[in-house]
Amino acid sequence: MLEASNLECVRGERCLFAGVSFRLEGGEMLALQGRNGSGKTSLLRMLCGLTPAASGEIRWCGRPIAQLGDEFRSELCFLGHQNAIKEELTPLENILSTARLAQEPLDEDAALAALELVGLLGREDLACRYLSQGQKRRAALARLVHEKRALWVLDEPYVALDRAATELVAGLVGAHLQRGGLVVLTTHQAVAVPAGNVRELTLGDDVALQQRL
Amino acid sequence: MLSLIRAVIGRDLRLAMRRQADIVAATFFFIIVVSLFPLGVGPEPDQLRRLAPGVLWVAALLATMLSLPRLFADDHRDGTLEQLALAPQPLALIVLGKVIAHWLVAGLPLVVLAPVLGVQFDLAGDALAVLTLSLLIGTPALSGIGAIGAALTLGVRGGGVLLSLLVLPLYIPVLIFGAGAVDATVTGLGAQAHLSLLGALALGGVFFAPWPTAAALRVALE
Repeated sequence: MLEASNLECVRGERCLFAGVSFRLEGGEMLALQGRNGSGKTSLLRMLCGLTPAASGEIRWCGRPIAQLGDEFRSELCFLGHQNAIKEELTPLENILSTARLAQEPLDEDAALAALELVGLLGREDLACRYLSQGQKRRAALARLVHEKRALWVLDEPYVALDRAATELVAGLVGAHLQRGGLVVLTTHQAVAVPAGNVRELTLGDDVALQQRL
Repeated sequence: MLSLIRAVIGRDLRLAMRRQADIVAATFFFIIVVSLFPLGVGPEPDQLRRLAPGVLWVAALLATMLSLPRLFADDHRDGTLEQLALAPQPLALIVLGKVIAHWLVAGLPLVVLAPVLGVQFDLAGDALAVLTLSLLIGTPALSGIGAIGAALTLGVRGGGVLLSLLVLPLYIPVLIFGAGAVDATVTGLGAQAHLSLLGALALGGVFFAPWPTAAALRVALE
């Protein structure tokens, strides 16, 4: 389904990684690892089509994602390390407006159910700027509850979460894999995902060292 | 398509309502700049009548400039801009929604205030009407053209100054035809031609600007 061949990432004059290739089928998850600055986020942004790859190609169902354009984006759910929630809006308004902008109508009951699941019920009418870092992250992750798009690209989803929330997110990821979805995520924590086939890819070490020497 | 534009406008208006200080600041800036001129230039009605169109229009340009840097900067900072760029709908439509919302928040108050402020310059009734009409037609062009500049300077340090340098020259045609319309009414020539040209600029600004803006946003997100 998702296939990357010989990806290379150049930032300024530094080569962050080169020759990264992998293939991901439905029900599989790719856990990206690597030290800070090894290009994990850059790789995720490439997979979304936000940053063009210096060389190499990314294909979705056999066709390059640049060619697919909107068709690919309608299969993609990206959660960056920024939460993409509006501080002035409440968690409920945030989840509803995100759904409206994605043209995927979500009724208020479903939104409330999602917030209940991530443990924000009772805070749904409080502007997000009054929430703690972890609660903001939970508000951002609440959209995963009803997310049906096939490819999830998650940048450090477990950051700022407590143990219960981490397990909850791992559960959501597992359920998505079980439905036949694909997940690419970066993490520094070893979190067991309850279902699906997890593969690991470590970025950086050898390539970055070669460049420096 | 329309529902997407409506959703963007609804979201941006709601955000603006939660942050009214921004709207109030730009509006008060407009009021104060316009009100300073009669105080500084002196009370001769003839001179004020001649100055009025230019002063009101220049103040409108500057007030619009004040609110432009935040058009995309907030969305860029909290990551929502990435989400908008990754939406399966054309980014240009989303930009169009944001431009319309920006006009409702930053342009429309200027239009509403203009006839009141025009009285300070001893403008006659028909001149006030044309002034308001010219602002009503012209301010959407300011939002549209300004969006291109706001997208180009997104994430640039000291972007505010750069934005003015980029956008103010592009505002010159709008200024000339906007102020010219009022001038023409005052001198009895009729404002029809100026207003038509202004309308053409507004249509061009609002409906063609979203595409280069969307392209600039994609570059800024790389």
